[in-house]
Amino acid sequence: MRLHIKNARVIDPASGKDGAGELFIADGKISKEISKADRVIDAKGLVLAPGFIDLAARLREPGYEYKATLESEMEAAVAGGVTSLACPPDTDPPLDEPGLVDMLRRRAKALARARVYPIGALTVKLAGEGLTEMGQLTDAGCVAFSQANAPLPDTQVLWRALQYAATFGYPVWLRAEDAWLAKAGVAHDGEIATRLGLPGIPAFAETIALATIIELVRATGARVHICRLSSAGAVDLIRRAKEEKLPVTCDVGVHHAHLCDLDLGYFDPNCRLEPPLRSQRDRDALARALAEGVVDCLCSDHTPVDEDGKHRPFSQAEPGATGLELLLPLTLKWGQAQKLSLAATLARITSEPARVLGIASGRLAAGAPADVVIFDPAASFTVAAASLRSQGKNTPFLGYELAGRVRCTIVDGKVVYES
Amino acid sequence: MQRNPQLNEKGELQHLLSIEGLPREILLQILDTAESFAGVTEREVKKVPLLRGKSVFNLFFEPSTRTRTTFEIAAKRLSADVINLNITVSSATKGESLLDTVANLSAMQADIFVVRHESSGAPFLIARHVKPHEHVINAGDGRHSHPTQGLLDLFTIRHYKKDFSGLTVAIVGDVLHSRVARSLIHGLTTLGAPEVRVIGPQTLLPAGVEALGVRVFHDMREGLADCDVVVMLRLQSERMRGALLPSAQEYFKHYGLTADKLALAKRDAIVMHPGPMNRGVEIDSTVADGPHSVILPQVTFGIAVRMAVMSIVAGN
Repeated sequence: MRLHIKNARVIDPASGKDGAGELFIADGKISKEISKADRVIDAKGLVLAPGFIDLAARLREPGYEYKATLESEMEAAVAGGVTSLACPPDTDPPLDEPGLVDMLRRRAKALARARVYPIGALTVKLAGEGLTEMGQLTDAGCVAFSQANAPLPDTQVLWRALQYAATFGYPVWLRAEDAWLAKAGVAHDGEIATRLGLPGIPAFAETIALATIIELVRATGARVHICRLSSAGAVDLIRRAKEEKLPVTCDVGVHHAHLCDLDLGYFDPNCRLEPPLRSQRDRDALARALAEGVVDCLCSDHTPVDEDGKHRPFSQAEPGATGLELLLPLTLKWGQAQKLSLAATLARITSEPARVLGIASGRLAAGAPADVVIFDPAASFTVAAASLRSQGKNTPFLGYELAGRVRCTIVDGKVVYES
Repeated sequence: MQRNPQLNEKGELQHLLSIEGLPREILLQILDTAESFAGVTEREVKKVPLLRGKSVFNLFFEPSTRTRTTFEIAAKRLSADVINLNITVSSATKGESLLDTVANLSAMQADIFVVRHESSGAPFLIARHVKPHEHVINAGDGRHSHPTQGLLDLFTIRHYKKDFSGLTVAIVGDVLHSRVARSLIHGLTTLGAPEVRVIGPQTLLPAGVEALGVRVFHDMREGLADCDVVVMLRLQSERMRGALLPSAQEYFKHYGLTADKLALAKRDAIVMHPGPMNRGVEIDSTVADGPHSVILPQVTFGIAVRMAVMSIVAGN
């Protein structure tokens, strides 16, 4: 398939290019030119950019097919312009065996939608005790190792895991949360949790764990990506670690870049998230740090939850929110609030996550994988459960008016979504 | 932020879920209505026909004797039919979801659900899913709210002190886990009590509690100075686990209400307790049974207050 996309506003965050132009695609790669296109796409008035790369999207397979299936979530991904996604290992069973990873990759490949990059479990069954066979899991396709949201309270195990991973250069992705301080908490420990009578998780549950991880990075040299920052204090620790040139990167979820504990309103279970939404000050610090580049990437933290999981009192509601289809509009909204150029805005969901994952996509250079998205940045819509392709309808943004609609998604040179 | 889910479009009380966010006028309407019912409870025939033909479902997902009983008495004095459901030993243990339980009871033509649940916010969830003519009254949800207790505390204070405008009120003990404290604090600040204090160790005071409009004291003697009202909170024995407190004895030493500590409050101070009391843990018997104590009248007033709440929501 040879494609010619013309009349587009072409934005390539990796090179900073932003201007009228066209793009050629041949044999699954971005090409300098082609002789004869099989199809010409007129992208007049639309933006052409690298496909989005989401560092956290739960596909719920294996084990949680009643919440979502690979089919539904891969449709949601491409409808949201996401062409590559990393999926956390907290499936059932967790991704702690090469066979499971292999099967997931095969199933995903057969669907021919977005590219799936599995994150392997760091410890067996995510139990925080024994190490997984990281070498074999890497051979099976894991790009990093993580505990997802499962606790790892034993710092001896964490140390060993980082030592082992560092030996072979495997990246480790960790969420910073002290398991003891977070125990039984469901909301940011502050005024709102006090009003609502919800057990709190203090912000220092994050900074204490993060300080531990940073010390261990310093000791072991392990490459660590910190997932889903939630507090201003964590931003400061990351800033210092980066000044020190430690091999640390991090991301923030779309919800934490936009919302805070005030949004819990009257116990909105869609705001039950891990980590919890924190104060306005934390939210503002995260949004700013993302603009400054202290936080590298923005991710959807896509977590489909079925109605049964959310129709419960707040503290019993299952944590998580659907997000793949809202990644673009929420990224645009954030970029606008931070007065960033469109190229700088999109970098947080294209070239930056590509750098974290160490993959060749996420840029529009000739020879790069032809993963691209065409979108209308001005088209606005109201977020409604019925219009989401994901099986998860759970999002705190229901009813929000957002701008940014994907018109066409191309993965590996093939059109996988059009509207 | 959504509309306050306890008020209907006309701003009237549709459900009673929390004292927070209720306008002063509604609180006063409830207290005044309760005043008018206080007479009923002293008559020989203690019944008025206001809720005749209506069904009140007492839905207790957490055990309770006093609150459930006073709700039952209140409903019966309003001539309602009362159905008591002790859910801890029925559906919930069979895995039925909270909303399924409510939907089934709703199909049995309920008018008022009185709900107690161990999770903060559960009555809000139920209120979002009941039919328009059904009413939900929160009888205590987790640590969040216990509005009828808060209202009966306000009623008691007004009964003895006539007016909130000059009062200093101290709430002593486990504010962290207390829905009673939260409800009373919101009620007092709404009705204009100028000084509300909370007294306790850091481990039993929630983060940012000052934002509720209270002054924080760790020293009970300082906190009790010149108080008009002293509200003692129940200390659950499980607080000794989880490293919140070393022992009941040490707690009593620091925060137990004894006659000599009470002497620091105003001479006509009243002592309240939501019950059930732990004598010798948070309160000394000489104080609990002493002349300042209004703990038993609180229970009596609780019936009139619950009658008022039920009759008001049923009328809206």
